[in-house]
Amino acid sequence: MKKLNILLSVLVLLVFASSVQARDQIKIVGSSTVYPYATVVAETFGKGGKFKTPVIESTGTGGGMKLFCAGVGTQHPDITNASRAIKSKEKALCEKNGVTEIIEIVVGNDGITFAHSVNAPEADFTKEQLWRALAAKVDIDGKLVANPYKKWSDIDSSLPSKKIEIMIAPPTSGTRDAWNSLVMGKGCSKAAKSLYEADGKKAKKECAKMREDGYAVEAGENDTLIVQKLASNPDAFGFFGYSYLVANKDKIKASAINGVEPSLEGIQDYSYPIARPLFFYVKKAHIGVVPGIKEFIKAFTSKKAMGSNGYLTDIGLVPLAKDKYKIVRTAATELQVINIK
Amino acid sequence: MNKDQLLKKRYRAEKRFKFYGLVSITLAILFVIFLVNVIFSKGRTAFQRTTIAVEVNFNTEELELSSNASIEEIQDADFYDLSINSLLKLYKTEGAKQEKELLRVFSPDHDIEIKNFLIKNLDNLNKNVIVNLTTSDDIDQLHKGNYPRHLPEERRRISDFQLLIYDQLVKENKVNKVFNTFFFTNGDSRNPELAGIGGSLFGSFFTIIITLILSFPIAIFASIYLEEFAPKNRITDFIEININNLAAVPSIVFGLLGLGILLGTFDLPRSTPLVAGITLSLMTLPRIIIPCRASLKAVPPSIREGALAVGASKVQSVMHHVVPLSIPGTLSGTIIGLAQALGETAPLILIGMVAFVVDIPATPIDPSASLPVQVYLWSEQAERGFVEKTSATIMVLLSFLIVMNFIAVYLRQKFEKKWS
Repeated sequence: MKKLNILLSVLVLLVFASSVQARDQIKIVGSSTVYPYATVVAETFGKGGKFKTPVIESTGTGGGMKLFCAGVGTQHPDITNASRAIKSKEKALCEKNGVTEIIEIVVGNDGITFAHSVNAPEADFTKEQLWRALAAKVDIDGKLVANPYKKWSDIDSSLPSKKIEIMIAPPTSGTRDAWNSLVMGKGCSKAAKSLYEADGKKAKKECAKMREDGYAVEAGENDTLIVQKLASNPDAFGFFGYSYLVANKDKIKASAINGVEPSLEGIQDYSYPIARPLFFYVKKAHIGVVPGIKEFIKAFTSKKAMGSNGYLTDIGLVPLAKDKYKIVRTAATELQVINIK
Repeated sequence: MNKDQLLKKRYRAEKRFKFYGLVSITLAILFVIFLVNVIFSKGRTAFQRTTIAVEVNFNTEELELSSNASIEEIQDADFYDLSINSLLKLYKTEGAKQEKELLRVFSPDHDIEIKNFLIKNLDNLNKNVIVNLTTSDDIDQLHKGNYPRHLPEERRRISDFQLLIYDQLVKENKVNKVFNTFFFTNGDSRNPELAGIGGSLFGSFFTIIITLILSFPIAIFASIYLEEFAPKNRITDFIEININNLAAVPSIVFGLLGLGILLGTFDLPRSTPLVAGITLSLMTLPRIIIPCRASLKAVPPSIREGALAVGASKVQSVMHHVVPLSIPGTLSGTIIGLAQALGETAPLILIGMVAFVVDIPATPIDPSASLPVQVYLWSEQAERGFVEKTSATIMVLLSFLIVMNFIAVYLRQKFEKKWS
């Protein structure tokens, strides 16, 4: 019994100690797309020796926002990464929980590549062709029908006569979100949009629904696995962040979209059509409470990291154009908060 | 059908049955061999690290140090320029681009490596010394034969110029493979050549210790009470059924419990071995109680009756005679329960252990990863060097599990009494 008592008191002490102890380590949550960049900055920041290396958790953009907006206090994270801008719903949640001052930093750009094995012939698609290959319902002769396309040549006779086979990311991933708005939303044909609206449905939501008849295969969050599958099957396509293309150039290559192949410049000036900005958000109330946040923001937005020759570009981040970079850098050094009303 | 035919039929049936059994065992063994082969062939190379011999002149003037500098002074000194100068001497370069490519042959921490070398070998001040420096992940993978070189340049991560340097250095016998101590001593890193499982080893260690401290005594007391003291009635039946059910509950459910109660209500720190240990001990408790009760049950009643007959009290008969005799079974049950907890990932995802942690945790309330989570994290990385690191971590985890299971079997076989 004595043993048990000692154990219990030790446990209580531990709990007490941990809740009283102030946190001296920056805590970051959020997007798995920003994770590779944030971790590199964190590691370099930690090697500087003045502060502890921040801890970064990969929770996905939505999950990160939920944790970030849960409140002010050291038990909540200081920074959340996001592969899209904060939604108005999330702003409302933040405001409700007292997180009223948020700093928004644009990290850079990411292009989503639509890639396949290096052994496959070159390919070029338009957004509408991609939408037709992936959508749950498409318009044919003025009617919405379940997607009938089995081969690429069924969509357009100029495309190869090969079975449609596309590995898609699960609905929880930020890449899928971006794909939905940039490809499924924009590629959706006008006829289909008006048909949806005539039924009183939201066209944007309906256009993004993907087919479930086996031609679009959900391949899980693990992009490395998708790369391996593409390498072994020359007929299959898949989409993921630009950094995976850079790291696996010997195995996969990108298809052109509207005739443009993904490149650093193309993603930077958005001439490559599937490009998006990446963000992180900082809780201003934690600056000064948790040591190092200000310095971390500075390190992240420094030319050495984010600039056009910075170390983040080596692993696939597409840097901001010069004028945009200046705006972001001022926001970072002056800790400008965004309007969340 | 006459008797003979019937007999033959029965023999045939027996032969078929044996054949099916053999086939399934062979299949199972083939699967295991295939799995182990895949992991070993991929992970083997992670235990070696490619280095390049570089001549470094530890000139005290260049380092702005006094001629008999102390360790503290060396710690504070900046080795970056010295390091860059020594590296650039390796091969003739023209222009900033080639210089950059030459530096990329090495891991970005080259200056720290040189500093650490000097701290270990203080007498090398003011001398020309050969130091083996870690190569970048790309060169490392190339040297180990995991990265193809017969591809056009634009599809390779290594440039033609870097290949030239590499081939020249190989000719000069400067490229070596050494045992990769970094893999065991370093924390996580985004550079595969520097990444190690040191942090997650400690994380797993703290987690398992907390699981053991919490679940072992509770499980022992619960099973002794239920087996020896509790009356047999509806309530104890109900408890027994629930314990058996809990043992079968998917582990992710315990993760949700940890998220809701430990992190939500008690505000314990996220991503820490403390929370992981408490969560996993909830999961392991029923899995330990069941074998503990079984081993208590296996002690024959004559032992209890004998003790009672010579005047021992109930507690004395249990504590002095029954429990000591059940120890081998109890211990092996506990070890197997802990081995399961060690390999558990799902509940840890929910309590925030899937995190990038560079610093090695010193206490159970520091953020950390654990071994299975490290496997999960690295399997998602784009860099090629993490493929072998992932498999190597699986090898380490598997060897821990095998050792623990071996100890459990050994304890049982060595100390268990056969009652006849």
